Formats: sequence, structure tokens, C-alpha cells
Amino acid sequence: MSESNRMTRIRIGAGAGFAGDRIEPAVELIEKGELDYLCFECLAERTIALAQLARQRDPASGYDPRLEKRMRAVLAPAMARGVRIVSNMGAANPLAAMQAALGVARDLGLKGIRMAAVLGDDVLSAISGQDHPLIDRDGSLADITPISANAYLGAFPIARALDEGAQVIFTGRVCDPALFLGPMIHAFGWAQDDWTRLARGTAVGHLLECAGQLTGGYFADPGVKNVPDLARLGFPLAEVSEDGDAVLTKVAGSGGRLSLASAREQAMYEILDPARYLQADVVADFTGLSLTELGPDRIAVAGAQGHSRPERLKVSVGYRDGFIGEGQITYAGPGAVARGQLALEIVKERIAMLGLPVDDIRYDLIGMNSANVTARAGDPAEVRARVAARALDAATAAEIGAEVEALYLNGPSGGGGVTTSLREVVAVASVLIGRDAVSPSILHEVS
Amino acid sequence: MRLRDIAHARTGDKGDTSQICVFARHADDFPRLERELTAQRVADHLTMLKPRRIERHVLPNLGAVNFVLHGALSGGVTRSLALDAHGKTLGAQLLDMEMGDA
Repeated sequence: MSESNRMTRIRIGAGAGFAGDRIEPAVELIEKGELDYLCFECLAERTIALAQLARQRDPASGYDPRLEKRMRAVLAPAMARGVRIVSNMGAANPLAAMQAALGVARDLGLKGIRMAAVLGDDVLSAISGQDHPLIDRDGSLADITPISANAYLGAFPIARALDEGAQVIFTGRVCDPALFLGPMIHAFGWAQDDWTRLARGTAVGHLLECAGQLTGGYFADPGVKNVPDLARLGFPLAEVSEDGDAVLTKVAGSGGRLSLASAREQAMYEILDPARYLQADVVADFTGLSLTELGPDRIAVAGAQGHSRPERLKVSVGYRDGFIGEGQITYAGPGAVARGQLALEIVKERIAMLGLPVDDIRYDLIGMNSANVTARAGDPAEVRARVAARALDAATAAEIGAEVEALYLNGPSGGGGVTTSLREVVAVASVLIGRDAVSPSILHEVS
Repeated sequence: MRLRDIAHARTGDKGDTSQICVFARHADDFPRLERELTAQRVADHLTMLKPRRIERHVLPNLGAVNFVLHGALSGGVTRSLALDAHGKTLGAQLLDMEMGDA
């Protein structure tokens, strides 16, 4: 975009905050939000590893399984209103994601939509044979067998795809705020070393990336923190100015509430050291961040500072880590806690008797100590005994559920509602690699 | 008085690290949070969690005290055996802390 027709203010909406998010709020934002851009964050840390496994089974898969459903709902209204879409729904296969979205567009009779896929986050072959220390715990790459390795790309490839005319963009792994920062860089022409603006844009992206968590989701505590109409929770949008300051809001008539309190909570959500929020494009400092209530559902955000970007990029590495087997059974009425406790003791003795080779095992009484880590205790009307264990092989892990199920006829009185589960564990670890090992590229195609 | 009477909280996770940010409901209560809500008190209250290390950050602009609990999530959401593998419920549990009278 040339200097002359650069915009001074853009409106960016959050269309999803996770893969399972509701679809209608995005449509509502398109129809009423007067948006320029709508960004969908749909890629949790482990999801890309699972998607990589799917791609190995079927080369045309490996992208978000709800992509077609979301695109079917948003493509026509978005294109009719000139709203450009950015999403990490590409997961382990952005190219296939773009093809799938093109298919939806053609089905809907939408011709001439320019789509793009941002590639280059997949560094599995680049790191094969290399050893790097794991950054989130002890050990190194040599200790695990990676099934996926994806570098966290920044916002500049997204901005470039927009510069080149793309109206719908699919990425794989990118820093979540980068989905929102990309349109800002494109619209305002921010430089790669404009650390202050990149940090401000990152703050806005960070506030938006979890969608409804800014506007009253993950917030309500009845009687203490009330939120109206959560069944129709409206997703947020930001009016961003060319200096990176922004006003956060949501459309009139949508559910939820964007308050100073909800915005503060989201500003600090999953921020470890607020002076050093590490992104591919910048190290953002949120210690000076200020949030100001301008009116109902309108919050101004300013004050983030930036420092030069990290030397290396974070890479999320997925690997197989055995199987988790689980079983649960409920006890109610007088003595429920004691019967639940007895149930757990029986299973514990059975596992020892059978010599089951489990790596790790956990016994809970749901209602007492499954989530509770405080000294608080009570005498609940019902408890649910739960046993979960991790083992190298599926057969061993499956025995956990079987032993809990056997409690029906062999355990304490009045046990009901057994459920069992068995799942393969795909775990994630992180390493850092040099930027030179990563070279993003963009592919365009028109519907 | 409990922490919940003067504060609200949000909990997140990064790998094996839990992050709980506690916010004063009213600006007047922030100095008290800053003074009394120490890493040791958090560790004592979440007595069965046993993180490896707790980092504490004070954010006067947001009326907040941020706690980073390293090694608190049994290996993290992808491999933990816990029912609440993300540790999403921890912030609410922290709000149950007894604060004494103002």
C-alpha cells in the first residue's frame, strides 16, 4: 500500500479465541462491527501436533476441522462488506486450509476471492538431527522423538500477504497476537524496528486473541462479578490508530460486558514477566500499560513499550508420550467420602497386585481434592472417585478404566455412573532456534 | 474478610507454569494487596500445589499482583494426569485466602 492511501484508523475484530469457539459472534461482528479485518485464533499449543498426525494419515488434512463450517458462515458476509480474514486455522497444513476455503467459496458461488497461505513455520526437517535444550523443563531434543516442530512466526508474513492483495489468509503456527498485528503493519506501514508501535499493536492483539475472554467470558462470578447475557456473548473489536493506541469495544446489542475489570484480567492473561512479553517481532513491556474506561463497553488501551525482538524463535515440538487411561465412579449419600476413599484404595491395591507398569498415577476424589489444592474441606453430598495413569502402552493404560469399572460388583456399596477413557498422549516441549533456519513464504490463489 | 471481598483474579498456563493475576476491586485496596499478598502466602494457601518456584510481579497501573508458579502443573496440560490440567481453578481457590480485618 502506498503512503498516500494508508489508513489512519482500522477496525479489527476477534472472530474466535480457540478452536472450539462459537461461530455466531463472528457473523455478528461482520454484520454490525464495521470491520476492516476479522482474525480467528484457533490453534492451541498441542493442536498442531495432533494436526500433523492427521496430515500423515491424509495429506489433504491437517488443518482445523471446523474451518469449512466457519468459512461457510462468514465468507459471504465478510466479502460483501470488505472484511479481510486472517486465521491460524491452517494448523499443520495452511495450503490445504486455503484449498478447503476456496472450495467453500466456489460452493457458495463466490468468485474472485483472493486467498493466501503463509508457509514456513514447519521446521521439523530443519531441526532433525539437531540437539537443542528444552526451554520449559529439563532435557533436550535428543530425549524425545518429535512428530512435529513449528516455529512461532511473526506478523510480517501476514502483512506481506495483505500487501499482495490477499483477502483471506491462513497461517500455521504464528504468535497469537501476530494475527492482529499483521493487519496493523499492513495498514500503517510500521517498520520492522519500530519497537514501540509493534509493542502497542501486540498489546492490542493480546487483548483480542482470546475473543470473548475480553468481553465477559471466563469472568462471571455470580453476586460478585455479574455478566449479562453470556449465551449471546459478543466478541470484541479494536479501533486501532496509526500510533498503535486503540479503543476496545463490542457491538451494540451483543451479550457480555467489556469492563475495566474484564480488560485488566485479559491484559495480564498468561503473561509471565510483564516487562518481557516475548514475541517473534518484539519484546513487549506491559508494565506501563494503561486501560481507561471511556464509556459503557469502551476501553482505551495505551502505554505498552517495546524492545528489540529476540535473537531466536520459539519452536513448539510435539512428541508421543505414551497413553493415559482413566476411570471414574460416583458415590452419594451418607459415608460417600469414605466409600470413595475405599474405592481408591482397592484400585491402588489391585494395580500393585497386577504389577501394572504405569509411569505415573493419580487418585482423586472429585468434590474433595481433584482440583482443590487448599486446606478447605467439607462433607459433600456426593463424590466421584477418579484414577488416572500414564503408561507406555495402550493395553496397560486401558487396565485403569477396567479396574474402576470392576468396582461396580467388587467395590464399596452404591457406586454408580462409571466412565472410562483411554487416549494417546501427544505432549509438547519448546526449544529456541536461530531465525536463519526459518524462511516464511506465501502462496496465493483466487476462487 | 477473604481475598475475594477485595480482589478478583484470572488464571492462565504456559507449559508447566501456572500464572495467576490478582486485581484490586477498588484502587484503595491495592496497597493492601501489594503489602500482604506475598509469594509465601500464596504458597501457603495453595498448600498442596507445591510449585518449584514462585515469581511475583507488581503492576500498579492495573492494580494487580501477578504470580508465576513454575513447575505447578504436573508437567503441563499435554501430559498432566490432573482433572484440571490447565490449573484454571487455581485463581478462584486463591481468592478464598483469609485476609483478616482491614
